[in-house]
Amino acid sequence: MTNARALTIVLFVIFVLVTLVITVWASRQTRDATDFYAGGRSFSGFQNGMAIGGDYMSAASFLGIAGIIALYGYDGFLYSIGFLVAWLVALLLVAELLRNSGKFTMADVLAFRMRQRPVRTAAAVSTITVSIFYLLAQMVGAGALVALLLGIHEGQTFAGMSAETAKVATIVLVGALMIIYVTVGGMKGTTYVQIVKAFLLMTGAIVMSLLVLGIYKFNLSTLLGDAAAASGKGEAFLEPGLRYGVDKPGDPTGTLISKIDLLSLGIALVLGTAGLPHILIRFYTVPSARAARKSVLWAIGIIGTFYLLTLALGFGAAALVGGESIRAQDAAGNTAAPQLAQALGLHFMGDLGGAVLLAVIAAVAFATILAVVAGLTLASSSSLAHDFYANVIKRGQATERQEVSVARIAAFVIGAISIVLAIFAQGLNVAFLVALAFAVAASGNLPAILYSLFWRRFNTSGAVWAIYGGLISAVVLVFFSPVVSGASNAMFPNHDWQWFPLSNPGIVSIPLGFLCGWLGTVLSREPADEEKYAELEVRALTGAGAH
Amino acid sequence: MSTEAPPTSAANPYLATQRSPEFAGLRRALRRFVFPMTVAFFLWYALYVILSAYARGFMSLKLVGHINVALVFGLLQFVTTFLIAWLYERYATRRLEPVAERLKAQVENGDAQ
Repeated sequence: MTNARALTIVLFVIFVLVTLVITVWASRQTRDATDFYAGGRSFSGFQNGMAIGGDYMSAASFLGIAGIIALYGYDGFLYSIGFLVAWLVALLLVAELLRNSGKFTMADVLAFRMRQRPVRTAAAVSTITVSIFYLLAQMVGAGALVALLLGIHEGQTFAGMSAETAKVATIVLVGALMIIYVTVGGMKGTTYVQIVKAFLLMTGAIVMSLLVLGIYKFNLSTLLGDAAAASGKGEAFLEPGLRYGVDKPGDPTGTLISKIDLLSLGIALVLGTAGLPHILIRFYTVPSARAARKSVLWAIGIIGTFYLLTLALGFGAAALVGGESIRAQDAAGNTAAPQLAQALGLHFMGDLGGAVLLAVIAAVAFATILAVVAGLTLASSSSLAHDFYANVIKRGQATERQEVSVARIAAFVIGAISIVLAIFAQGLNVAFLVALAFAVAASGNLPAILYSLFWRRFNTSGAVWAIYGGLISAVVLVFFSPVVSGASNAMFPNHDWQWFPLSNPGIVSIPLGFLCGWLGTVLSREPADEEKYAELEVRALTGAGAH
Repeated sequence: MSTEAPPTSAANPYLATQRSPEFAGLRRALRRFVFPMTVAFFLWYALYVILSAYARGFMSLKLVGHINVALVFGLLQFVTTFLIAWLYERYATRRLEPVAERLKAQVENGDAQ
């Protein structure tokens, strides 16, 4: 364990040094706003596809889904499918049209034919809210993970730090690195960090899956059978229902709520992805709509392969490590993948092998977190600078140089705020924030984007209503849901102001967001701007005049 | 929004293009593919989630060894996602891109009719 810990730290330091060198190199290539916000639009479809994978596959995907499969079996797989199918929305309806008609942020498209200030303000509020929710979940998770991965338990010390101090130190370190990547390297630096991470993550997942399948002579059925037997739940482990949509005997209302919650989660996952600001801005990093399309195709290939591999990782961990030893380390199963790495190394190469593989996978997990938080920080600071500062405060009169300076300051401020919030939130269960970020993106951002691109009549009031309507309804419903209060595993388990029964608001808030966008449009007397719509539509579909 | 506005002869070139039959054809071709396909994959995915929630007996039917309907259904979601992505790429390359590029050249050269 000590060997693995030292090696993890060495590998992690190497990753950090390599990414910092890349960041400094990228900063030398960053001259104007297009470089800072969009990496000079110079990435190829494949590079951007890798970066999308690196931006999207968070620790929640890698450690979380493998962990859910390891502990609850099939339901973890069910969860991952929503994350993949979601990319079809991005491919068919959003990526190319957004690339053609926008410049740096989501709001470029939303505000294209609207009054700039109200729409850009709403978009910035939504972008920053979604990004901060997501950031907090990642950073609090990073703090908890480092203690687990480095094996620092309560009461122990590591380099003179207690477990609590080590968690705070990790949050500060992660925060500081993401601020450096974004402020120094801009989109170019961030993109390369994400590409390197995606490469490491895919390599790690492929190697581990091959080792698992090797043990089972590539017979999936035997692996599943072993996993089911080891889980103690028998065949139910291979069927849906242990975690989501749980049947509660003698409690028909509870069963109904649990099943509706599952549907609600599924819808939010599928519709949320194409409304996540840190994903949307990635489409601006390529030179053309065609490259944007290719990058989504690559992303679908990479992300799909990865989720197929988590099947081997999760069931492999269930069979080879066992639910009990995983739960002993982390009740949520987040250490299943690293524990599996150790078990595989041990199986094939003895003690040293176990230590090496554990260290490699732990370092990959850190790299995963860093790449995602950097993407989120960049998305929120871009929106603050380009939407709120340049177009709302300065009414479009800011110079590029001013805008980029503000974006750098914004990245610093948002990073600092996230560090402080994450330190305060570290004792709380904030895992629900990822699902909430998807729900807000699906309820507010997606309706606004789709109406903007496809509905001639859509106007300023509709866009503002859609964004705030979806955002507020998702946040309010979650605030009064059992994930925040009134349940033993809630964020505030000792309080109870819960009245909304579902943990996932999507099934209510997404239709509400679309309804608000429609109502806001038809109730307003403002006519749609015909000429600007013609320009938006022609640009979106043909790429004429694209930046 | 600064665009390298082409030397417009009379009207707004975007408006002229938007009203042209060729652009209407492009719009129709795009929507004819993406809207039905979106509805189709969404319903297909919803069916999968609904069956996972409510048809547990069906989903737990064994096909081969420990491989059950639920697993195959889940894997089919991967297959359809890859398939739709491939179909769209083919459609976009063959049917959408050539028209889009022609129109783009027209707008940027300012010779929209």
